[in-house]
Amino acid sequence: MSDVPILKVENLCKSYGDLEVLKSVSFEIYKGEKKVFVGPSGTGKSTLLRCINQLTIPDSGFVYLNGEEIVHSGKKINGYRQKMGMVFQNFNLFDHLTAVRNVELALLKVKKLDKAAAHEKAMYELEQVGMADRADFYPAQLSGGQAQRVSIARALAMDPEVMLFDEPTSALDPELKREVMEVMRKLADRGMTCIVVTHEMKFATSFATEIYLMEKGEIVEHGPPSDIPTSPGFVKTRAFMGSYVEE
Amino acid sequence: MFESISAVTNSAGYLLEGVGVTLLLVGLSLLIGFVCGIILTLGQVYGPRFARWFVGIYVWFFRGLPNIVLLFLFYFALFPFMGLDLPAFGVAVVVLGLRSAAYQSQIFRGAIQSLSEGQMLAARSLGMTKWQAIRSIILPQSLRLSLPGWANEYPVLLTDSSVAYVIGVAELLTRTSQVISRTGEPMILYLTCAIVFILLNYGGMMIIQYVEKKVRIPGFGNNEAECL
Repeated sequence: MSDVPILKVENLCKSYGDLEVLKSVSFEIYKGEKKVFVGPSGTGKSTLLRCINQLTIPDSGFVYLNGEEIVHSGKKINGYRQKMGMVFQNFNLFDHLTAVRNVELALLKVKKLDKAAAHEKAMYELEQVGMADRADFYPAQLSGGQAQRVSIARALAMDPEVMLFDEPTSALDPELKREVMEVMRKLADRGMTCIVVTHEMKFATSFATEIYLMEKGEIVEHGPPSDIPTSPGFVKTRAFMGSYVEE
Repeated sequence: MFESISAVTNSAGYLLEGVGVTLLLVGLSLLIGFVCGIILTLGQVYGPRFARWFVGIYVWFFRGLPNIVLLFLFYFALFPFMGLDLPAFGVAVVVLGLRSAAYQSQIFRGAIQSLSEGQMLAARSLGMTKWQAIRSIILPQSLRLSLPGWANEYPVLLTDSSVAYVIGVAELLTRTSQVISRTGEPMILYLTCAIVFILLNYGGMMIIQYVEKKVRIPGFGNNEAECL
């Protein structure tokens, strides 16, 4: 394991008016690790991901990518964002572009690849998520699972060092969830560093190298998923998982 | 009856030139309205506070005054005061264009604001700048969504264009009136003028509908309505 974490989050705080969404959240992730954040809705998990890649600007705290502080990086943030691929709950594919054009766009505009190279790279990434045969379909012509796989390909095309998954399966039915989870597992098997926010507890425990329980904007418990059944440090997590299963 | 028809046929060339002037006036005004409308929209949606304030005043001003008042104001007062010696046609193009920009900006603003916030977030998460996202994602989508509303601007501008008559632009109505004063045949000439306007309106709408179909994307916008 490298000495420097790929990503280090230090005392991140974010409030909306009187509502404190993040209260001094800190953690770090090293190459190849998979950290999964669970917890009730509205506890700041998605805000945390957005504060990491600065789609939401935190009120205070620091985020280090490979040791470089990125919260106050000005226009350099666009470069840092390329290294942190993000997958959204609602896919957020560009509705006016086909699947392959969705993947190509940032390669052309941001990475400044020529058309042929961008197309080749886009097709490679679609192939990786099993969507090459749907390359010319528009988002509205894809199922939710297919759309999410395209959005994963779109993020991967930028060659990120860490992937941020914001409830990637929440908008999908069980069958479609499975196909997205499978893609995520393959990605993890290839050594991709992942930070995942999810409500899929079974997936979380089988996927994560470390699980974090968030409540009211704070990390209240964390540790390897193997410790969850017995460790006294996972009391709240067990209660949360129990209530979740009952629901 | 024969004299009435010959009043039209004898002046057909002159009237046709008027049709050309009308179309040019409408075309250039639409273009100015389109370009300025997009700039105003971007200022209103993404600009700093002073830009939003400026656009608010602009839209309030141009939507709040009748065309004829605007034409007189610019032709007889503002442009001469600024030392600009524009011909009547130029003034009409600028005034109708700027007024159309006020309306078009609100059509585009509605379309941009109807897009999911996720489109911008996804673009920014890939490392695109705000401007790249606007140019490559927000505008192509919002312009498509705007088309049905925007299509209304053509007939509005076409019918408004005849007001340029008051500052002496030699468009279709001006020339029709001139021929009437020469021939004393108001019925056939005004009817002809009306029919030409209707045909221009119909032809323009056909072109806009064609463009709408050409830029349509499966599942995007209001295509579903076709299935009903």
